[in-house]
Amino acid sequence: MKAMTELRVLMFALALAAAGQALAQANLEINTPAIASLQASMQQRHGQLAGLYASGAVGLTRDGNVVLRDANAVPLAQRQQVNSVVAAENQDRAALYREIARANGKPEWENDIRATFAQRWIEKAQAGWYYQNTSGAWVRK
Amino acid sequence: MQNKLLALFTALGGAAALVACVTINIYFPAAAAEKAADRIIDEVWQIKKGEDAVKGDRPAAPN
Repeated sequence: MKAMTELRVLMFALALAAAGQALAQANLEINTPAIASLQASMQQRHGQLAGLYASGAVGLTRDGNVVLRDANAVPLAQRQQVNSVVAAENQDRAALYREIARANGKPEWENDIRATFAQRWIEKAQAGWYYQNTSGAWVRK
Repeated sequence: MQNKLLALFTALGGAAALVACVTINIYFPAAAAEKAADRIIDEVWQIKKGEDAVKGDRPAAPN
């Protein structure tokens, strides 16, 4: 009888632990000041990048970055500026992936988070934008 | 008999708890990460709910 009671307590504890684990995995923490500020900075920069995605000058890479893939689509006079916009975007993206990993107490997740974002950027890209497929070739969506 | 059973279940429970701990440490929550990514991307690209890539179609600028 005592054994059964102890067993029941044990089972209950295990169920509770499992539920807690499921709850912890339901959401990633993304509501931190660092993430919010990166998000705002990227949102603002998107005003400049949207036209570059549409013209095919800038494409989405398979590793979660952006790159100037067709410099000829940008007038020579603007090329330097586009290069710096691309560099700034990649810096923010790297910081974003790192910050999400850190906000969840798992810095080692950074690369997994980057890979997840790489897929989701491409998935949510508008038709006409260019992205890199898994073998590295450029594809027009 | 009951004591043996208890010992067995305690051992099993302990093993399960140990496995759960290891899982928590190495497991990457892919679905949660996808959800977080989507929320951030929607915000950065200003994608409204219900609007998807097809609807947001835009002709490419002439080269």
